[in-house]
Amino acid sequence: MPMSSPPLEAFVSALLLQAGYNAALVAIGAGLLGIAAGAGGTFLFLRKRALVSDAIAHATLPGVGIAFLVMVGLGLDGRSLVGLLAGSALSAALGLLCVEWITRRTRLAEDTAIGAVLSVFFGFGIVLLTVIQTLSQGRQAGLEGFLLGSTAGMLYSDAMVIALGGVLAVLALVALRRPMTLVSFDPGFAAALGLNTRRIDLAMMLLVLAVTVTGLKIVGLVLVVALLIIPPVAARLWSERTDHVVLIAGAIGGVSGYAGAAMSAAAPGLPTGPIIVLVAFSLFLLSLAFAPGRGVLAAAIRHRRFQLRLHRRQGLLSLARGEPIFDPLTLKVLRREGLIRPDRVPTEAGRIEAGRALVDERRFEVARRIHRDDPLSHRYDGLTPITAVMTGDEIAEIDRMLAASAMLRRGEGS
Amino acid sequence: MAMRARDRIELVQGREAEAAARAEAARAAMALREITVSYGESPAVFSVDATFPRDSLVAIVGPNGAGKSTLLKAALGVVPRLSGTVTVFGTPLERARERVAYVPQRASVDWDFPTRVIDVVMMGLYRELGLLGLVRASHRERALACLARVGMTDFATRQIGQLSGGQQQRVFLARALAQGADLYLLDEPFAGVDAATEKAIIDVLKELKGEGRTVVCVHHDLATVADYFDRVLLINTRRIAEGPVAEVFTAENLQATYGGRLASAHIDQLRLSEQG
Repeated sequence: MPMSSPPLEAFVSALLLQAGYNAALVAIGAGLLGIAAGAGGTFLFLRKRALVSDAIAHATLPGVGIAFLVMVGLGLDGRSLVGLLAGSALSAALGLLCVEWITRRTRLAEDTAIGAVLSVFFGFGIVLLTVIQTLSQGRQAGLEGFLLGSTAGMLYSDAMVIALGGVLAVLALVALRRPMTLVSFDPGFAAALGLNTRRIDLAMMLLVLAVTVTGLKIVGLVLVVALLIIPPVAARLWSERTDHVVLIAGAIGGVSGYAGAAMSAAAPGLPTGPIIVLVAFSLFLLSLAFAPGRGVLAAAIRHRRFQLRLHRRQGLLSLARGEPIFDPLTLKVLRREGLIRPDRVPTEAGRIEAGRALVDERRFEVARRIHRDDPLSHRYDGLTPITAVMTGDEIAEIDRMLAASAMLRRGEGS
Repeated sequence: MAMRARDRIELVQGREAEAAARAEAARAAMALREITVSYGESPAVFSVDATFPRDSLVAIVGPNGAGKSTLLKAALGVVPRLSGTVTVFGTPLERARERVAYVPQRASVDWDFPTRVIDVVMMGLYRELGLLGLVRASHRERALACLARVGMTDFATRQIGQLSGGQQQRVFLARALAQGADLYLLDEPFAGVDAATEKAIIDVLKELKGEGRTVVCVHHDLATVADYFDRVLLINTRRIAEGPVAEVFTAENLQATYGGRLASAHIDQLRLSEQG
């Protein structure tokens, strides 16, 4: 018998959808599910309710067990994915209701409610699963695959169900994105517009519930929360716009699902969920390092530029006030920009820039005084151009105040 | 059973008063009747009546925790009412929502939210974006025009967290302008803003009134009430007084509203100006 192909080759062929029809379908299904989870999770993340999805996910387990027992009791195939998913959806909905009820009707906070519901439902589910394992039909049921996800032995129809669920969730997201964004950003304003904010929140939760249930077989209930949370957190590093964050999160989730399922097809012994989550986490690490704006590298570059700006401004103010400059970095910056000659005498451009810096510095002094209590007053440090932090009328107002105080001083002098 | 003559007269008078109140409510931009709101068992707003006539600039004034913001939210259905009715331009609120714009307190939202200035303003156009929520060039232009009115055109593509408090307040006002409403309800629009922003905002509010629109502000700065507004509603859980600033904004009424909590210096100042 020939040796099986090495893992890398198997992975590449799975990525290229050449590892067999079923594996290809599973990878596509996982990709669609990842898109839905990443994009849907973004709204949950923006609404600051990400952990509710963990309660929902863990609350699916009793439903899986009960659905299996009911189907076997009725003489049906206990492994029918649609049946198991229907059961898990019902018990997840019950768990969600419990969280909502506890938060609304008692003095307990939402995180407490989540912890309580999560552990009670999960515990009950594990008991059911253990009982099922002792039954003769139960041993082959593969229900433990719902814990950590498993694509091994997945049927064509199973993959179709998952792919369809992913597509429907994405369509619902497209339709609901505006109201969900509005409610996440400013629920009071949304309510004043006449939107039913409770209903929109409920729709958001049902969407998450649908994604969770659909992803149960592939990612597993323990880790599906990661596929809902990691993509939005990574995507947030890339953009300052809600619609872009949603799209990027969908892409990260989709790539994670697709690549994870392909890897798992190449190494059938590994559970699928952890692989998908690790792929998502690597994409998060890449984002953290390289994302412009909020990434670590970008922050380091920004910090260096900030340092250069600081030296430039201090140098210019020294020039304007006719003070000597000793700092080598300051001198280097000014020389490089042609603001001083090699003998440290300011050039024409240097004199103009120095004059400007002095005017802005006086304006900023006023701004810092007016905005003393404003959390943003640290931006009036003179290192950001004044036109970038203030509107035209604000600058005009400051100039008026400066002119007034200058007149006052002249009046005192005479 | 025959009614006694006096009872009948009282009944007729009662009906006349009721009819007059209804007619007044129909003429007003907003009429609130017996609004009560309670979080738990102690009312935040208790049976408050108020009428905001068209074409006026109204301040709602009262101490901290007096229910000013709550009254505004209850009028818009943002918080549930235990009792009371709200009429807007003579019709129930639900049928006239598109004629009302709301500016919540600046501190009520997370300014680190991934959204740009122009996106926030376009939230005011929410009703017009249609089922699929597609933004057209005309929507963008209108949002930019609203930003121009508050002097923020250059900041359109900034992330909202990069703005100063005053600039954030201007963005919120621009969003309300985008709603193109006839009645504007603002919750503390001048709280923690710089002088230039305060001027920019009051200019816009006076423009709105000049266009025949009605503006209602929760306001905390007693010193500017007379300069900015033409009517005032004094509340402290209950309604203390309501009417034109010249008649209602008196030392006596303020004392009744604030109790001992008002700086006596301010009352003295008002007394002086009343005498003068």
